[in-house]
Amino acid sequence: MQYVPGDDHHKVVLYALSTCGWCARTKQLLTDLGVEFSYVYVDLLTGDEQGTVVKEVEKWNPRLSFPTIVIDGSKVIVGFREEEIRKAVGA
Amino acid sequence: MVSDEDVDRLVQDLAREAEAGGYRLNPDRVFTRALVRGLLSNRERYGYISCPCRLASGNREDDLDIICPCDYRDLDLTEYGACYCGLYVTADVEAGVRTAAPVPERRPSPAERRQKKEERPGTVGAPRDLKYPVWRCRVCGYLCARGEPPDTCPICRVSRDRFERFV
Repeated sequence: MQYVPGDDHHKVVLYALSTCGWCARTKQLLTDLGVEFSYVYVDLLTGDEQGTVVKEVEKWNPRLSFPTIVIDGSKVIVGFREEEIRKAVGA
Repeated sequence: MVSDEDVDRLVQDLAREAEAGGYRLNPDRVFTRALVRGLLSNRERYGYISCPCRLASGNREDDLDIICPCDYRDLDLTEYGACYCGLYVTADVEAGVRTAAPVPERRPSPAERRQKKEERPGTVGAPRDLKYPVWRCRVCGYLCARGEPPDTCPICRVSRDRFERFV
């Protein structure tokens, strides 16, 4: 899990793939908004480590699709939905 | 590592094939190049160009439906004007006549795929007196009646293992 510092203190976790264009746009949006967030490239994990994170993602999003964004441990946004993401982090 | 030349080459090949099939590559060059780089990274990692926006298992058989062009591409292009990852768009989207809509994931969830794999029903309702079985390309729907599916789909160029027995 990589940490990106920011001014806005929501707890934002981004589950992403290193090869996915929509994941890249989501990460860029969060960075541009100055939001503090953590992200993980699930495709770069291996073995048990990947299995654990996959289960975590499936808990929030049973389709296991990316990007999956979890905000404050309760709100889940699946896909690069710019307006929804802006609203959820209050930016 | 994937070189810029490799990306250039695959972009050209995919653009040619897309146009032959009536589709286009996404006109956002930077975005498209990043996706194609993703395809090549997946080829390095898994041995096949699985969708850059989906998590591959590394097992070709389990990932067959998400090898690019994926089984869901043509359905998504018709409905949304773009495929799930955004690599392919329709000609009218490329021309700016229509705007591509966000594409929801059409691939069944891991749980649904596991269930389907267990059930794996045979073909039903097939006439008994057919001289040849009918094979269907799961990507573009091309049908042919012959002993075995073709090595390569003559319409969308995917490999033989993307065919299913239709009747």
